[in-house]
Amino acid sequence: MMRFSTLIKHPADWMAGGQGDHGAVLTSRIRLARNLRRHPFPGWAKRDQRAAALDLMRPAVEALPAMKGAFSHELGDLTSVQKQVLVERHLISREHAARGDGSAAVIERRQTFSLMLNEEDHLRMQAIRPGLQLTAAFNALSELDTELESSLEFAFDPTLGYLTTCPTNLGTGLRASAMLHLPGLVLSDQIGQVLQAVNKIGLAVRGLYGEGTESLGNLYQISNQSTLGESEETIIRRLERVISQVANHEQNAREKLVEDDPEMVSDKIGRAYGVLRHAHIIDSKEALNHLSLLRLGGTLGFFPEETIVLCDSLLMDIQPAHLQLHSGRKLSPEERDSIRAEILRSRLHSLHSPHIRISTNEDQKSSDPTNPGDA
Amino acid sequence: MKCDFCENKATVFLTQLVEGQMKKVCLCDGCAKERGVTDPTGFSLADLLLGGLPGGPGTVTGNTSQVPSGNGKKCPTCSFTLDDLRRVRRFGCSDCYGTFGEEVSQMVRGMHKGTSHIGKVPEGLMALQFRSQRIEELRSRLDQAIASESYEEAAGIRDEIRNLDEVRS
Repeated sequence: MMRFSTLIKHPADWMAGGQGDHGAVLTSRIRLARNLRRHPFPGWAKRDQRAAALDLMRPAVEALPAMKGAFSHELGDLTSVQKQVLVERHLISREHAARGDGSAAVIERRQTFSLMLNEEDHLRMQAIRPGLQLTAAFNALSELDTELESSLEFAFDPTLGYLTTCPTNLGTGLRASAMLHLPGLVLSDQIGQVLQAVNKIGLAVRGLYGEGTESLGNLYQISNQSTLGESEETIIRRLERVISQVANHEQNAREKLVEDDPEMVSDKIGRAYGVLRHAHIIDSKEALNHLSLLRLGGTLGFFPEETIVLCDSLLMDIQPAHLQLHSGRKLSPEERDSIRAEILRSRLHSLHSPHIRISTNEDQKSSDPTNPGDA
Repeated sequence: MKCDFCENKATVFLTQLVEGQMKKVCLCDGCAKERGVTDPTGFSLADLLLGGLPGGPGTVTGNTSQVPSGNGKKCPTCSFTLDDLRRVRRFGCSDCYGTFGEEVSQMVRGMHKGTSHIGKVPEGLMALQFRSQRIEELRSRLDQAIASESYEEAAGIRDEIRNLDEVRS
């Protein structure tokens, strides 16, 4: 069986490239909720009933061809730091991490599929892909689901669809979501408007709002709210349409910012670069916000393109549990802040200063003849 | 603005659509960390609101009014009661959906885009569902036929329904 260290050593497939859509869409995730017939739901089941459900599901899940050689552990066997690392990687939910014996996590080697056993529902299955790939993620996960149907009997009602612990998941049991990086919309003050519009059509926007406008690292999650009364395809198609529209708005906002206020953009990106390269104490909020600007710089050509992927992996690596895993011991918040700064300095060591692209009209006129290569 | 959970100044504002209603939670740094809302990837607001943390904003969101008052119903499969349902707003097992059918239809109304499932069906059930859909279709055609006094056609449709019904049972 796969060990924790082996699973975590490599970045997940979906972390290694968020291109397309100009890097505005980091990841796409699909989650399906399923339950066993005639077994009480995990939250209501007694200890032995939970164990019985787990004994039924775990061999079925492990026998899936896609899950060959998967990481498969009961949560009681993992340390709290290990569980937290899985949460930070989006492989298990925060709620699941709080569980112990009687619940398990089965995670595919490349971390593209992860199955939570005895979470709120008997089975919460998840597929993650880089960029905007909800349809591909759904198709892959649905195939897995269909294979499981031959060995497990899922609770289903012709009218209510797949039966779930919470009625908010009834029907398809589908939650599709994408993580978006929207610094352009934030900097140009359009974010509130865009998110409100998304909310209005019944989609949920999650993110952390600081003082009403800003969010941590300019990261937002858009997901469906309704699971009953529409097919999976309809739900996903609408979500994909809305997400590409938001990504488009983001791209336009970035272009406009560079055109209208290149000095402000250069200043922000330059400062973020300076802080990340030279700070010795940095908390995760500050780090995330600067990394967001560095990533923006990567998409705008201030830095080489591979900077985007570097920022995405740093986003994960500077989180508290990842830091503790890296250091091999429990860290106080103060220690974390200095180790976080150390990691940032070393990983960004070879990143050159931003290639500032301020060019006013006069500049272009005077510099073009002398610098034809820049044109 | 004050934190919804304690007296400190709120610095974290979380807005989300829950069951079709806009919910806002204001938290101070400490409470936000404690409740795990600092993780932008978390799906935890619904739990924060619906899980009914004692004294939390979830307990005052007013959804409880959707569940009618008790009649001592209890699920024969898992012993889940109506009181349990009102408390946690979740179910005990899949059979509860039959036991508390009335409550389910009230809860589901307005929660989703529709009230009946469209989409994937477990494969063994596919044939069965196809048949019920076909019967429903025929029934509405039967009504139309009777309304337009096409009795011959109606008789034919009625026979077809009878055949499908027999296969189903």
